[in-house]
Amino acid sequence: MAKADPDPNEPAVQSMKKWHAPGAEPWPERVYGAAMRALEPPFVALQKWFGIKGMAYVFVLPNMIFFSVFVALPMVLNVWYSLTGSDRLLIQDRPFVGLDNFRALLDCENYLTVNSCQQDRFWRAVHNSTLFVVLQVGAMVLLSVVAALLLNSKIWGRGFFRAVFFFPVLLSPVVVALIWKWTLQPDGLLNAVILWLGGERVAFLHDASWAFFWTVFVSVWSHMGFYTLILLAGLQSIPAELYESAQMDGTSRQRIFWRITLPLLMPTLLVVLILSLIRGVQAFEEVFILTGGGPGTATQFIVQYIYETAFANQVHLLGLAAGASMLVAVVLMVLTLLQLRISYHGKNL
Amino acid sequence: MIKRFKAAAARLAASSLCAIMVMGIAEHAKAQTAQPTQVRIMWYSDGNEGDVMRDLLDRFERQNTDIKVVLDRVPFKTISEQLPILLDSGQGPDLARVTDLGGLSRHYLDIRPLVKNPAYFDENFASTLPWLRPGSGNKDGIYGVMSQLALTIPFVNTTLFEQAGIPLPGPKATWADWARASKAVADKVKAPYPIAFDRSGHRMSGMVISMGGKMLSGDKPALLDDGFKAAMKQIYDWHDNGTMSKALWGSVGGTTYRGANDEFSNAQVVLYMSGTWQLPQFTKTIGKTFNWQAVASPCGPAACTGMPGGAALVPIKTTKHPREVARVLEYFASEPVYQEYHARTLFLPAHAGLAKKGIPYQTDDVNVKKSLAVAVEQVAATSPIAFRLQGYEHNRIMFNAMISRINQAINNEMTLNESFTRMQTDLIDGFSAKGIKLP
Repeated sequence: MAKADPDPNEPAVQSMKKWHAPGAEPWPERVYGAAMRALEPPFVALQKWFGIKGMAYVFVLPNMIFFSVFVALPMVLNVWYSLTGSDRLLIQDRPFVGLDNFRALLDCENYLTVNSCQQDRFWRAVHNSTLFVVLQVGAMVLLSVVAALLLNSKIWGRGFFRAVFFFPVLLSPVVVALIWKWTLQPDGLLNAVILWLGGERVAFLHDASWAFFWTVFVSVWSHMGFYTLILLAGLQSIPAELYESAQMDGTSRQRIFWRITLPLLMPTLLVVLILSLIRGVQAFEEVFILTGGGPGTATQFIVQYIYETAFANQVHLLGLAAGASMLVAVVLMVLTLLQLRISYHGKNL
Repeated sequence: MIKRFKAAAARLAASSLCAIMVMGIAEHAKAQTAQPTQVRIMWYSDGNEGDVMRDLLDRFERQNTDIKVVLDRVPFKTISEQLPILLDSGQGPDLARVTDLGGLSRHYLDIRPLVKNPAYFDENFASTLPWLRPGSGNKDGIYGVMSQLALTIPFVNTTLFEQAGIPLPGPKATWADWARASKAVADKVKAPYPIAFDRSGHRMSGMVISMGGKMLSGDKPALLDDGFKAAMKQIYDWHDNGTMSKALWGSVGGTTYRGANDEFSNAQVVLYMSGTWQLPQFTKTIGKTFNWQAVASPCGPAACTGMPGGAALVPIKTTKHPREVARVLEYFASEPVYQEYHARTLFLPAHAGLAKKGIPYQTDDVNVKKSLAVAVEQVAATSPIAFRLQGYEHNRIMFNAMISRINQAINNEMTLNESFTRMQTDLIDGFSAKGIKLP
């Protein structure tokens, strides 16, 4: 069927004519045209020099330079630092010690008894981080699924609650930690409420078990909005027809959840799990401000160990810290590869 | 068309280049003729010394129009954590106010050849100049000037003692006497913290020396003697029986510093083991709310001593303006300026002449006046071991090992004996990184 000519009196057509009328282009187009004309000669020259295929590399080059300077070079330097000793900063001043730093980090009679390890603080941090990741990720994924399911259902004030859940994600980790520190300290808000109700003051941040609980709680509170959002998107991508068919068949809500929602949400859930695992291993700012790693080393995690070993202590054991960060990098790399594999698998389902 | 475009582009490029060159030459000439030399100082403050220093530097700039001094005021954490990295990378300021006097000494500039009257420095700063000299062999360099001589000293809330009806222990009272009295006062007036120490190995060292700890053997650390262990056990037991609260040291980990100045200012602490640098802050934060004062260092079987310390204004050897830096330091160290600085900041002077004459401190606060009198007396009574330890280049390695490990024992992560073993391991690791082998 032939297309009908547009009516020349239509406002849209009038507007198009004005836009394209020679010598009467709107200013954005004029600026764009001028910019393109100015850029043309150097790019023509570059194309002559590199050829059409080579131009792809020219366009990628700025990003590659940025990546090389700020990502690849520090990674290479970190590897080199992990193979050198002394407390000097400059590479030329640092003697090569081979794998000594890794030997020191991994020297343990029993990896489950941290006091038997040469670098007991490293292993204490590893133990703390592992427990933190297990508890935090478990709680976070579970609560995020529940929150996403609730926010996906037709509840009153759904938009408001979606915003409320997401709000902590917008806050800086430092702000989050300070808010909770003021709430939980001995003279904080929570203890004031407890005292007002006639209870005894509780050492929320100075008792090892309580301090650990609150680091997990605060971390879940501040990050679950992000994962809830991802899961919400996953839930909304499940075709409504499936639910309608199930309802027509008289399927119970529980069965719908286990047989439709959960299987179809699984790829998103796995991405959430891996992302939260990676983030859990990297936990630092909130915990550092909330508890400073204390009491003792009860909440000292692996990133804080690396930071203190490299920078906060008077003797900067950069080699040991670099070695520890290499070991963490290996763990994170395994998790990232797992995520990539899952994503790939999900796409090919 | 293309030819015309190319010609226009070439003309534009050539004229731009000429303009840039002309502007550059003009700027350079302007800089050569009119701009004063800029000297940057990285400075932290405990009290009002930043303001006082700025005021004194303004006067210096009026007298020396060829030098402009920028005072970069930073938090103490920047001095303790970032400055060493900057210095190692050769990117430091021209001068800095530091507290790790020996640990950073390899970065200091010797200004002896640059000052007009080096004998003035030798005569008046003889006791503290060695603290700033890198290496034990260096005998005559002038590597900076103390901007504050400090002494660790206990502060007591005398109002709480009065309210409890318990007399203050006398000048020769032992640590055990003070612990008993402070606990009794705290129990009676319901104060949460009978004794609080700054979370710092430096603050604990005076007590260790009083208990008989030798700390050093020649130029090597000798931590684990009976005196040291007795002091550590005392602190451990105090945390166990509530004389010291786990809430203060427990709120941080590792080697992180934690003071109790806020708690003392809020009348929650009976005895606070800190140092003379708190005086300007206390006069401001406590005011007339309650009475307090510094008291003589509690005694142990071996001595009744605190630890000297403080901060120094040091020239950094990577500076591009060594002569101007030396002039700034000479001005600061000159007697009238140094006297005014100390009179206004309420610090103890490291200047022998001024110490002898006495500083006319600018304060009406009776608590501060009493405390300064006690502190001046206590400087004279300080153990020589304490002075030697303060001047020891690697003392921070020892302080860090002490504080981090005793804290783990207090929090039941290891036994007290295990903490001693770990302190020794930390010393071996720290000294090994410095290229020094310990047995």
